[in-house]
Amino acid sequence: MSDRGYPDAVADEFPPPPTAFTDREDREVEIRPYEGNEADHETLVEMYDTFDPADRAQGIPPGGEKRIREWLDAILADDCYNVIAWCGDEAAGHATLVPDGDAYELAIFVHQEYQRAGIGTHLIRGLLGHGQANGVRKVWLTVERWNRAAVSLYKKIGFETSDAESFELEMGLRLRADEVAEEPAADGADGGE
Amino acid sequence: MKVLCGIGGSDDSFRALDRTVERAAVANDDLTIAVVDNDDSSVAPAEVVDRAEAAVDEAGIDAEVRRVEGDPGSRLVEIAETEAFEEIVLGGGHTSPMGKITIGSIAEFVLLNAKTSVTLVR
Repeated sequence: MSDRGYPDAVADEFPPPPTAFTDREDREVEIRPYEGNEADHETLVEMYDTFDPADRAQGIPPGGEKRIREWLDAILADDCYNVIAWCGDEAAGHATLVPDGDAYELAIFVHQEYQRAGIGTHLIRGLLGHGQANGVRKVWLTVERWNRAAVSLYKKIGFETSDAESFELEMGLRLRADEVAEEPAADGADGGE
Repeated sequence: MKVLCGIGGSDDSFRALDRTVERAAVANDDLTIAVVDNDDSSVAPAEVVDRAEAAVDEAGIDAEVRRVEGDPGSRLVEIAETEAFEEIVLGGGHTSPMGKITIGSIAEFVLLNAKTSVTLVR
């Protein structure tokens, strides 16, 4: 793969989860990081097992429990960052950052029963807040061109198109500056981060 | 059937090579393997030719392995048209760390421009 492009400007600060809100259907929803809990893992299997195949994109989520489990085992690994949108004990949505060299690939899914209620925006902001808090610097994704709702969500968040040459659009976001941002300022005057 | 298999050295192209050779042995296809330039591939064309020849030998079939230089997509379409191939076979795409499938630029060009059927091997 060739070098991916990212905006020069660093994105806003996103709120690290847990966060809670009421969606447009008056449901109480909470965004929480996935912390390797087996019950949460099983809840995600259930969410994807009932996921509408019409909402698949570029082969994910895969179909059938066996493939769903293989895929989740890979993206819920310790080196990935995951957040889940909970409505009671049901998973309404899930978003993930999977390592790819010095960057992370992003994907987000909202179950059909919970779409068009504003959950996606909270979910992606929660994921990016979780990533920022853990030192993630660059995030990229691909999205099918016709998926206007997703493209406008990503643009609103601050993603910029980095490759428009193929079937899918590739977009990038800079979450933290590239330089040695880990060094604390000597005088501590600038507590920006 | 007269089959043209285009490979450039990506992982999915080697999968397409193995399956096409396997199928040619069973179906008695008239197979030509075109080794094309692929900027995204880390395997040199000479090595791709070696691997293709080894696969053909191992399967015990009579297939031509041909080095094709220039723009890979348009060269494959041109060869298929001028030499009356009935099918073009290519790798089925790259899988991202997330598991998303992305179709390569060669496959994209061939899909949109070929007059023959095109098979993408998964």
